[in-house]
Amino acid sequence: MSTPPTVISDAHLTWEHPSRGRVGMLCLISAESAIFTIFVVAYLFYIGRSLTGPAPKDVLHVPVFFTVCLLSSSLTIHFAVKSLKNTKVGAFALWWFLTLTLGTFFLAGTAREWRHLIYDEGLTIQTNLFGTTYYSLVGLHAFHVTVGLVAITTVLLFALLGYVRQEHAERVDVLALYWHFVDAVWVVVFTVVYVIGR
Amino acid sequence: MVSTDSISTLRADIASRPFVAKLHDWVTTVDHKRLGILYIVYALVFLLIGGIEATIMRIQLIRPHNNFVSPSVFNQMFTMHGTTMIFFVAMPILFGFANYLIPLMIGARDMAFPRLNALSFWLTAFGGILLYFSFLGANGLYGAGSAPDVGWFAYAPLTSQTFSRGHSTDFWILALLVSGFGSIGTAINIVATIACMRCPGMTLGKMPLLGWLNLVMAVLVILAVSPLSAAQIMLLVDRYLGGHFFDTQAGGSAVIWMHFFWIFGHPEVYVLVIPAFAFASEIIPVFSRKAIFGYPVMVAATVCIAFIGMSVWAHHMFTVGMNSNANTFFVLSTMAIAVPTGIKIFNWLATMWGGKIHFKTPMLFAIAFLFQFLVAGLTGIMLSAAPFDWQLGNSYFVVAHFHYVIVGGILFTTFGAFYYWFPKMSGKMYNETLGKLHFWLFLIGFHLTFDFMHIPGLLGMPRRIYTYEPGRGWDTFNLIVTIGVFFQGAGILVFVANLLWSYFHGETAGSDPWDAWTLEWSTSSPPPTYNFATIPEVRSRRPLWDRKHPEDPDWKYE
Repeated sequence: MSTPPTVISDAHLTWEHPSRGRVGMLCLISAESAIFTIFVVAYLFYIGRSLTGPAPKDVLHVPVFFTVCLLSSSLTIHFAVKSLKNTKVGAFALWWFLTLTLGTFFLAGTAREWRHLIYDEGLTIQTNLFGTTYYSLVGLHAFHVTVGLVAITTVLLFALLGYVRQEHAERVDVLALYWHFVDAVWVVVFTVVYVIGR
Repeated sequence: MVSTDSISTLRADIASRPFVAKLHDWVTTVDHKRLGILYIVYALVFLLIGGIEATIMRIQLIRPHNNFVSPSVFNQMFTMHGTTMIFFVAMPILFGFANYLIPLMIGARDMAFPRLNALSFWLTAFGGILLYFSFLGANGLYGAGSAPDVGWFAYAPLTSQTFSRGHSTDFWILALLVSGFGSIGTAINIVATIACMRCPGMTLGKMPLLGWLNLVMAVLVILAVSPLSAAQIMLLVDRYLGGHFFDTQAGGSAVIWMHFFWIFGHPEVYVLVIPAFAFASEIIPVFSRKAIFGYPVMVAATVCIAFIGMSVWAHHMFTVGMNSNANTFFVLSTMAIAVPTGIKIFNWLATMWGGKIHFKTPMLFAIAFLFQFLVAGLTGIMLSAAPFDWQLGNSYFVVAHFHYVIVGGILFTTFGAFYYWFPKMSGKMYNETLGKLHFWLFLIGFHLTFDFMHIPGLLGMPRRIYTYEPGRGWDTFNLIVTIGVFFQGAGILVFVANLLWSYFHGETAGSDPWDAWTLEWSTSSPPPTYNFATIPEVRSRRPLWDRKHPEDPDWKYE
């Protein structure tokens, strides 16, 4: 058709949409939640079905300190985004760095726990069903933490080089959404592995 | 608005460029229309491959004690046929149409994330290549390959290292994992596009039904394909790291694989059929010259189907032996899903009722879809009764049932969609005589094959057997079933010939050959890269009707 589209001069055309990045990230989070759900269901289903030891209650210690680290990193990333929205780039970099540090602490905690389990307790992914489900579920979460840390490090490098400005707050906020998700998943994993599973 | 001159110079430019430059354009493209066409062409290639595999199986079963292929090749054929048709034909073809049409129909210039779109396509494409590379590489160092042979739902413990030596199962896992990530990427893109890119005035209630139905499909992909990816990761852990998820020797469960697979597998049926509904919902009104009947109810029924569709998966597992509570729940939920589906069929019929029906090729396919999908739904209700399923589970009755859904429902509407949108995509009109020949050949072939396939199933013929004893009453039916395959094959050849011939020699179609009502027909054929020079504004569900009939626009009544 060569006629121009019907132009309507009504007042209803204050036409706003949600941010693409946010919607995309929420969809990704839904997909990731479905993946984690399957792993959590498998973990719950196999509790107490291992034919051989070691059992969770013998070898698992509740990682209180590292859990506090990860959960508080949700707060620091929130403050970071808030600072950036208020054009306080310096405060943003500081909070962002703190988030990275807390996340790295958590990952180091997982590494330490795995080292203990493998070398001191002799529990590997092949040992029994507990080992298979434990390393898969916690490993899947640790993988997501790692991806988050790589992304956070990238943004931090950009920030230190002076490329992150107030207009990027929305994009940084999308990354923060992912990080909140990783933290929320840990609450579920923690409950399943260290509370119900023991 | 684009003048016709600018388009023709643009196309002349493209035509004069060297082949390598044109190829480079296609490989690096992030344009939703080009990616859509890439998806569709890619799926057509795999449709031919999957069809050849089906033909090989049918030739083997044409008479008792046939020796056309060995049992192990037969196992590979049904595995590759199922996997190919679901993951590398049906999904890419539907994603291709979604990619091409959604931005055009909602008045946007591209998808929300064009580069993610390209990534998703290439993930799917390389997933398919990975699957077929198994023919060469799956036995590793021995040089002679072997395709996966564990069936398309790959039940444990058949997939464990003990029973599946070599790497054929690994190729299957990785191909599905990679293409699954591609599917999730596309689904995220579709949701974000529809949520964030609609043109001014197009509220959700004024969006074309194709947009709505693809939105529901994308949500289902996000919720259903992810569990499959999770299960594939577990299987990889079992096979490569020595895990025990599905290892019954170490206390693992083979049944939980079935649950995980069908939590994906049944919603997948709706992932495929909802876009088919979308095609029917666009084609039937235009060729009945009436607006769709019961638009809000159609949307509600679709959402309802998706919702119930998430809770029916274990009807694939009645024969496994679940407890009576689980059986009852899944019988009832499966029967319940017939209600919204029935509502949709009545809405399409009511759209046609009193309309001025034009029996063009797309409409013929849509009408055949209505009848065949109804029959498929009826055998579905039969199988949803657990005691009936105990008798006929894993028989050819089941095979006939789901092919009635997938071929009789989904493939027929997809053919309709091909003919309906071919003028838009290519700028050329297809040949109506060849189109009708394709329709009748395929219709006859379909009914010869899949009507008669029910009967050996009722007589006790199990699926996935490579041969059978004479004298059980199965012989004649198997012969008829195989004869039907050749009619279908002939139909497909006519279809491909029609597409190719029309692309090069067809009449120029013009921007709106069907006198249709949705926004894609307001662009030139094929549309320019930017789709709309000025973003349109709409006031009703049929913006082009409003434009063509300013004296009696839709928005006065909606």
